[in-house]
Amino acid sequence: MTKTPAIRYLLQAVNLFLFMALIAAFSAGPTVKQLDDGLAVVTLAFGHAGQPVSACHVRTPDELAALAPNMRAPMDCPRERSIIKVELEMDGKVILDLTIPPPGAFKDQGVDVYQNVEVPVGRHEFTVRMNDNALVDGYTYTDSYTADLGPAQLLFIDFNQRIGGFTFN
Amino acid sequence: MKSSVNPIKRVYLHLEEWFNLSFGKEWNPLYHLGPLTFFFFWIALISGLYLYIFFNTTVEHAHASLETIVNDHVLGIGSLMRSLHRYASDAAIITILLHIFREFSQDRYRGTRWYSWFTGIPTLWMVVLLGITGYWMVWDELALYVSMSASHLLDALPIFSDSMARNFLPGNLSDRFSTLLAFLHLLGQPMFLIFMLWFHVKRLTHVEVSAPKGLAIGCLIALTALSIYMPAQSHAPVNLSKVPTEIHLDWFYLNIFPLLQYWSPGEIWLLVAGVTTFMLFMPWLPKKNEGTPAVVNLEHCNGCGQCVFDCPFDAISLQARTDGAKWKSEVIVHPELCAACGICTGSCPSSTPFRKKKEEGSLKTGIDMPELTLDTFKQQTDEVLGKLTGDNKIVAFGCKHGYDIEAFSAANVGTVHLFCTGMMPASLAEYALKNGADGVVISGCRSGDCYYRFGNHWMDLRIHGERQPALRPRVDRERIKILGGAEVDGKRLHKQFKLFHDSLTQKTATPSSATAKEVNHD
Repeated sequence: MTKTPAIRYLLQAVNLFLFMALIAAFSAGPTVKQLDDGLAVVTLAFGHAGQPVSACHVRTPDELAALAPNMRAPMDCPRERSIIKVELEMDGKVILDLTIPPPGAFKDQGVDVYQNVEVPVGRHEFTVRMNDNALVDGYTYTDSYTADLGPAQLLFIDFNQRIGGFTFN
Repeated sequence: MKSSVNPIKRVYLHLEEWFNLSFGKEWNPLYHLGPLTFFFFWIALISGLYLYIFFNTTVEHAHASLETIVNDHVLGIGSLMRSLHRYASDAAIITILLHIFREFSQDRYRGTRWYSWFTGIPTLWMVVLLGITGYWMVWDELALYVSMSASHLLDALPIFSDSMARNFLPGNLSDRFSTLLAFLHLLGQPMFLIFMLWFHVKRLTHVEVSAPKGLAIGCLIALTALSIYMPAQSHAPVNLSKVPTEIHLDWFYLNIFPLLQYWSPGEIWLLVAGVTTFMLFMPWLPKKNEGTPAVVNLEHCNGCGQCVFDCPFDAISLQARTDGAKWKSEVIVHPELCAACGICTGSCPSSTPFRKKKEEGSLKTGIDMPELTLDTFKQQTDEVLGKLTGDNKIVAFGCKHGYDIEAFSAANVGTVHLFCTGMMPASLAEYALKNGADGVVISGCRSGDCYYRFGNHWMDLRIHGERQPALRPRVDRERIKILGGAEVDGKRLHKQFKLFHDSLTQKTATPSSATAKEVNHD
């Protein structure tokens, strides 16, 4: 099986060529297509803690007396948070409908929402509604926005309680 | 003949044969996959350091600074360094995967070798993570794709209080994360990787970390040629108002992310966890019993340490003498590390068939294998020698992992089976020649590819007088034939065996010097 140096060098060159061809073939391809032509993306993403599931209760003197001295807080507020309900409408048609229970052992954590919806390119009217309070019927926040979306364009819908509602980027 | 070779091993053996044909056993890449991976790591490190000198790690300037490096540096050195950085990293993944395939196909991952396999799996993941953070740093569309995909995966785990993916939406991106990435990619992950590699080879001796010069130069030339022919390119800079549509993915590192288009993050984590767990526990599916570990006979051990040096698996060490003998040290076997290869028996200077038997009636040596003692295989040699008839009597010593020497059996050819040819004291060849054999054949694994790492190599050196305990110079080396071959090499081995047999005939007709130096070699 001993080959002359020339043949051996040739075989080595062939092997190294195949090695490099393998690298070349997979280091930048095959291409992954994330989004079909003619589509844009609406991303609804925010973090928010729902309102307590019931109102705070002022403890009576008897109730306070029944507690250990270090536990005698005048207000008794529930830990559990409300379920978050979100609805996203495009041109009058619901394209996203989420009901997210609060995470955590005591259901007292904020929820994280991150949803992508692929939509056709063009001008659309978006309406997003959210209910974050179990004590309120209907929606506690509603905002609308009209966007002219180009191919692969991203419309990012965020929620910021401090500014009182949804923002559209 | 041994049972047929399983298809996976057969594929490996043919690949190995092809590389032996192309590179020779000295440069066969399959025999140097670890050192080659180190070599690619060095290329990535040096090119990475060059890039880092000029690279701006901030979100705003990262892409532009890389473009400046690639396009404006003199003689295209920036582009070359960037491409070498990428392609050497990709090459490392190929050599790692081949390394895994080799150890698996050759059944070199179970038994005492579980440790190297077990520590190798997380090391592979660390290499992949290092690649992922590297792509992340560029802040091009690919980086955004990697960011979003990785964030979706991480968000599915209960480790972050807030969604990580939201950090990569318009208005949320900050340099704090890019600084963290730079730290991880440039310092944290490489340091951790080196630490893991140290663990990976902890139970091996004589670890080779430098690839043969010729092979390394060949790979460097090939990588440079590829870098010039097809320079690595960035995607367009990050534009947070657009979704990257076409991603030119590096499949060596980023292959998990496209699955997000079809599976949920939870399902992908299940796949990753399942594959990882399965691979981690492969050495016990089923467990391999190595055999009874070596035992030390202190009364025959002077603590020279040759077996400590020769053991491929770090299973023997020296300690202070405990029996009051005049020697300073004694050897101790760590049974949990012992692969029961018997190389230590072959390396012990006391392992010689010419020794007189002690009062108990059996030949003893300093370190021996309970399941196949020196005395046993010396007796087997005696029996074989007693049965040989005809001209050109040959004793063939063979290992249990190479070609089955039973195929050489004939009236004038007797066989002695060992665990590994490294188990054979070189003096046993002399003993056979002195006691009626015209020739000795030692047939082990393919040269350079011993199942027990160094068995056939140590034996080869001993026969050539280059390693202790060496074969005495006066022994006629022309009467010794060293063969190396796997189960599929029968045709070649029989041809070589016949040539050796014929050479003995010629030798009988025209006797040569009894001190001939050249050993017959395949």
